[in-house]
Amino acid sequence: MQNEKVITAKELTKRFGSFTAVDKISFDVKKGEIFGFLGANGAGKTTAMRMLCGLSLPTSGAATVAGFDVYEQNELIKKNIGYMSQKFSLYEDLTIRENIKLYAGIYGLTDERIKEKTTMLLKDLHMEGEEKTLVRALPLGWKQKLAFSIAIVHDPAIVFLDEPTGGVDPITRREFWTLIYEASAKGITVFVTTHYMDEAEYCNRVSIMVDGRIDALDSPANLMKNHSAKSMDDVFLQLARKAVRKE
Amino acid sequence: MRVLKFLLQKELRQIFRDKATIRVLFIMPMVQLLILPLAADYEIKNINLGIVDHDHSEYSRNLSNKIISSGYFRLRDYSPSFQQGIHAIEKDKTDLILEIPSHFERDLVKENEATLFVAVNAINGVKAGLGGAYIQGIIQGYNQDVRMQWIQFPRFDPRPTIEVTFSDWFNPNMNYHVFMVPGILVLLVTIIGSSFASNNIVREKEMGTIEQINVSPIKKWQFILGKLIPFWMLALTVLTFGLTIARLVYGIVPLGHYITIYIFAAIYLLAILGLGLLLSTYAQTQQQSMLVSFFITMIFNLLSGLFTPIESMPVWAQMITKFNPVSYFIEVMRMVVLKGSGLADIRYHILAMIGFAVFFNSWAILNYRKRSG
Repeated sequence: MQNEKVITAKELTKRFGSFTAVDKISFDVKKGEIFGFLGANGAGKTTAMRMLCGLSLPTSGAATVAGFDVYEQNELIKKNIGYMSQKFSLYEDLTIRENIKLYAGIYGLTDERIKEKTTMLLKDLHMEGEEKTLVRALPLGWKQKLAFSIAIVHDPAIVFLDEPTGGVDPITRREFWTLIYEASAKGITVFVTTHYMDEAEYCNRVSIMVDGRIDALDSPANLMKNHSAKSMDDVFLQLARKAVRKE
Repeated sequence: MRVLKFLLQKELRQIFRDKATIRVLFIMPMVQLLILPLAADYEIKNINLGIVDHDHSEYSRNLSNKIISSGYFRLRDYSPSFQQGIHAIEKDKTDLILEIPSHFERDLVKENEATLFVAVNAINGVKAGLGGAYIQGIIQGYNQDVRMQWIQFPRFDPRPTIEVTFSDWFNPNMNYHVFMVPGILVLLVTIIGSSFASNNIVREKEMGTIEQINVSPIKKWQFILGKLIPFWMLALTVLTFGLTIARLVYGIVPLGHYITIYIFAAIYLLAILGLGLLLSTYAQTQQQSMLVSFFITMIFNLLSGLFTPIESMPVWAQMITKFNPVSYFIEVMRMVVLKGSGLADIRYHILAMIGFAVFFNSWAILNYRKRSG
């Protein structure tokens, strides 16, 4: 069970016209892992993630997510994953409670379960008493934490996080990672992209994308050893400097 | 079905939370229904008349008086020469000149024949056409009067004449309000429905919220229905509101049943909203969708037969109106309101509208993609 693969990608490629955004990437993600997906802006992280989530059709290559094929079974994949996009995408003109209810309802939770989940979620986020606040009025950090909690409201097998902590202060970032660990402890596989190298060190394994290709993939400790670097920052700089492609 | 319930709940909440939009939704029809019918009246009054009288006789004065007392004309200029009369038209003081030649009375009396000259400012075609026709009618009446005065014997005019009497069926008083108000209401519901629907999905694209929907297992038809139903209810409410104004303000009570109007409107709105949603699946920004829906509703409205009879359009334009849902609803409205038509009378209209509704909505569902290529 421990080595069960929940995501497999083989030579997965996405081209937009003559531009190859993602160039034959291959990797596996094991169940329960926190998998860091690193890369400079424009390296192709988001495109790769969107293909895995069934939001974008791959040009070639193969991939399965939660045991389902990305070409044919994309709607089945969607039942089993949570996704938090780079751009905040909950409804700003709905309240916290209404957003939770909407997404819990969409994923088919029963009324009773929705109630339970709402109470639990508000408590975990320390947002009790705020359930009638419009999401628009929340500070960015709160919004991001709420978006994450709603992305896993249906206890998916995998959650995809696209730069979840972009623009968030260090304290909230730490709290956010606590939430990620809690989700991971519940058995949810976490697939996360980030720019922050301290966050990369929280991951079990990280891959580093340069110009649409995966240039390195290992645990943070091994990566530092192999690149004789003192920190993940060094590793990243060594690899990312090789990029030819502009943003 | 359960998913649909959550989507409807969400959509209705968003609609009712946006108080400004709701206000506009009800103020707009009120203003339009109270003001537009007054403007959209084909009977033209207050045509500015210039008279150039070279004759200065009793007959020429009688003629002038008759024209002015008809109520359609206002004497705005009385020039001694035609040149000056034209000048008044050029300055937009008058719309029409009647030139009475010198010896008008003498010719009429001695030779039984006289000529008059009418010059019309045709910049406003409607005014020119109707003004010319009115003045011709009045002059003819005057001619009849003159003949009646002179010819005592024989009692019967030896020349046969045909006299025509009119009776306006379905609208005996030719009341323009009865004719226009229901039609304007149709345009109103159409504009509100299509612009609301066409903007909505695009708004979700712009905000990025559609991404979170697309990554969920929602079915495409659920999403489209979740948008369609709330707008459909809203548009029917606006229609009800408009029919109430029509009744209270203009005293328009349909000869047929309200239920006939509602049944047709229900199908019609599905078609119009479907078209709006279809546009919004193509557009990437609200600006694009607004422009396109504005363009389409403009064509639909002008080719709807509300302002100009479809029968007088060129054949190719008449063909286009067959593909214009608005023209069907306007016809149905007039049939039900003025003639008292029932469901059986409008069955072909209903069938055509079901066709439109199925066509636009299926296309919208097909074209809405949860996954980009």
